[in-house]
Amino acid sequence: MAEYQNIFTRVQVRGPAHHGVPVPHGPWEREGKPFFSYLLGQIGNAQVGPVYLGSLGLASLLTGFIAFEIIGLNMWASVGWNPILFVRDLPWLALEPPSPAYGLRILPPLAQGGWWLMAGFFLTTSLILWFLRVYRRATQLGLGTHTAWAFASAIWLYLCLGFFRPILMGAWGEAPPFGIFPHLDWTVAFSLRCGNLYYDPFHMLSIVFLYGSVLLFAMHAATILAVSRFGGDKEVEQSVDRGTASERAALFWRWTMGFNATMESIHRWAWWFAVLTPLTGGIGILLTGTVVDDWFLWAVKHGVAPHYPAIYGAIADPALAKGGK
Amino acid sequence: MFRLNSIPAVALVGVFLACIIAVLTFQRPPVDVVSTGAPGVGMQTLFNPANVNKALGINQPPAILPSVDAGPPAGTVYKNVQVLQNVSTGAFGRLMVSMTQWVAPQQGCGYCHVSGNFASDTKYTKVVARRMLQMTIAVNTTYTDHVGSVGVTCYTCHRGNNNPSNIWFTGVTPGSGPAMAEVNMGKNLPAAGINGSSLPSDPFTPFLLNNDNIRVSGSTALPSGNKASIKNTEWTYALMMSYSQALGVSCEYCHNSRAFNEWSESTPQRVTAFYAEAMLRDLNNNYMVPLTPLFPAALKGPSGDVAKINCATCHQGVYKPLFGAKMASHFPPLEGVGTVAAAAPPAASTMAPGMTMAPAAAPMGNGNP
Repeated sequence: MAEYQNIFTRVQVRGPAHHGVPVPHGPWEREGKPFFSYLLGQIGNAQVGPVYLGSLGLASLLTGFIAFEIIGLNMWASVGWNPILFVRDLPWLALEPPSPAYGLRILPPLAQGGWWLMAGFFLTTSLILWFLRVYRRATQLGLGTHTAWAFASAIWLYLCLGFFRPILMGAWGEAPPFGIFPHLDWTVAFSLRCGNLYYDPFHMLSIVFLYGSVLLFAMHAATILAVSRFGGDKEVEQSVDRGTASERAALFWRWTMGFNATMESIHRWAWWFAVLTPLTGGIGILLTGTVVDDWFLWAVKHGVAPHYPAIYGAIADPALAKGGK
Repeated sequence: MFRLNSIPAVALVGVFLACIIAVLTFQRPPVDVVSTGAPGVGMQTLFNPANVNKALGINQPPAILPSVDAGPPAGTVYKNVQVLQNVSTGAFGRLMVSMTQWVAPQQGCGYCHVSGNFASDTKYTKVVARRMLQMTIAVNTTYTDHVGSVGVTCYTCHRGNNNPSNIWFTGVTPGSGPAMAEVNMGKNLPAAGINGSSLPSDPFTPFLLNNDNIRVSGSTALPSGNKASIKNTEWTYALMMSYSQALGVSCEYCHNSRAFNEWSESTPQRVTAFYAEAMLRDLNNNYMVPLTPLFPAALKGPSGDVAKINCATCHQGVYKPLFGAKMASHFPPLEGVGTVAAAAPPAASTMAPGMTMAPAAAPMGNGNP
């Protein structure tokens, strides 16, 4: 008998390829002839396809591709169109937002940040179109729209960083660049400028939900794998008809920590923790520089951060003594 | 157990290869931790013994000639002695020989002096050397808040080379670039002087040549008029990374990383570093930039600017140059004893015929958006 004793799925169900329920209406059909893949079957369902593209999907891919090209071609131009340097230095390359001197101008010169605004517009359009696509696919299958709203939470954080906060600060130059290392350097500079983001309580909350998501994910996955030999992977049926797997899992956690989630509630816990991570993070970003300028001083003011013992003696700003800077 | 075409096998081989590549980029342990703060607060500077031993090997002071201080003042014996006029001929000769060992051990006296007429200023190297002598004296006498009792000599920067190996030139002017694509932003390429990061590669022009504001943090919890942008911060961040690389130390050598801006949370080393900033602006603007027309084009930067000084020029990867060896104290003239106080820029009269002094080039765009 097949067992779940491996980190990879060992059961592959193979039947006739399932084409899915009919698409309700519209000019689009599902594309591609479905096939089976043994390797993909080890990490998921072995059946691949068909794919439903649709007008929203096509538009999302198209606008995403435009953004990808604007960013990539500008990066390539920054190394003089040298293909070897482009590959070698790719993690360093970036497309920068306009200088803060341009404020919120809708179209600064293309070479001075205009490309960045254009890439941002197409990337944002692409993400929102994809959100609408996920929403529409869910409703047409008769599902709830939980996945779409979880994705919307991620888009919210993306827009807080690159759109809402720059507008509140009055300059696109406050937004992060498109680039691998440069956006990480930007993140550090953001925290340096605002006196350490770790003292931002909404950043703290975001970290709690992020680490909490990881913990919940591990607890839930471990519980289900541990009781799958009793049919515990049939979680949905067991929400209303608890079998021995569900009972044993519940008993395990009650013995371990006195309390247990249910087959339904654990998924609500996980969904909310995941959604609240970018939701609270975005609020923390919007408060930074707009209503709080220095989170360390804010934390000192409110008794969150005590000063360390002054073991070096009194170190004072020498600029105050000498008038320099 | 595993078939070759199974995901676990492929994944394990991939993870193994990735680990090998990652490990090859690591420093070899151990890492020594030097705690400098109150217990338990993580004020720690990290040193790798292998790197420290390597730095110790290449940062040793050279042999110092026996002290001589006899004879009449050099200015009364030799012609055209403008700085070391009241230094005894014995000490003068000893310093000249030492300078040769420090700066031109291969070429000897002829690197600066015309054979048979040592008083001549025909060679540009002699005019530069005189100005550098004045600069060394200025550092040792007016910037003791930075150099303390250690001081500097020619060797601190030159290390036996005609030109110090750790110098900087103004980078590509931000704003230049191909017609349609994004202009050069002065960043987003591997920056050798900034620990190989993608940060701005030339924070020296705005902060150590020009006098742009290094400080970006506010002084109040709530907004009260601090207009520094995140882009400004990236330039300051780049400057700080260059300090870290030049001194071979991490942030905690000077800062408490939970509040970089707070002086009351910082170490005394931050105050010492602060005084270097005004010193470097003075040295670059009043000593190096006026010498620009003297140097041959090959020794200048891509935009025709003169080689300039930053932390790495003296420190060369060590928290104190030459690990704090007090070389200067063996050479009283370098600490101003017997020298002419007035440290004027080289006037036209000190230059050989044919040399012209163009006005100093206009400062390059500092690239600080």
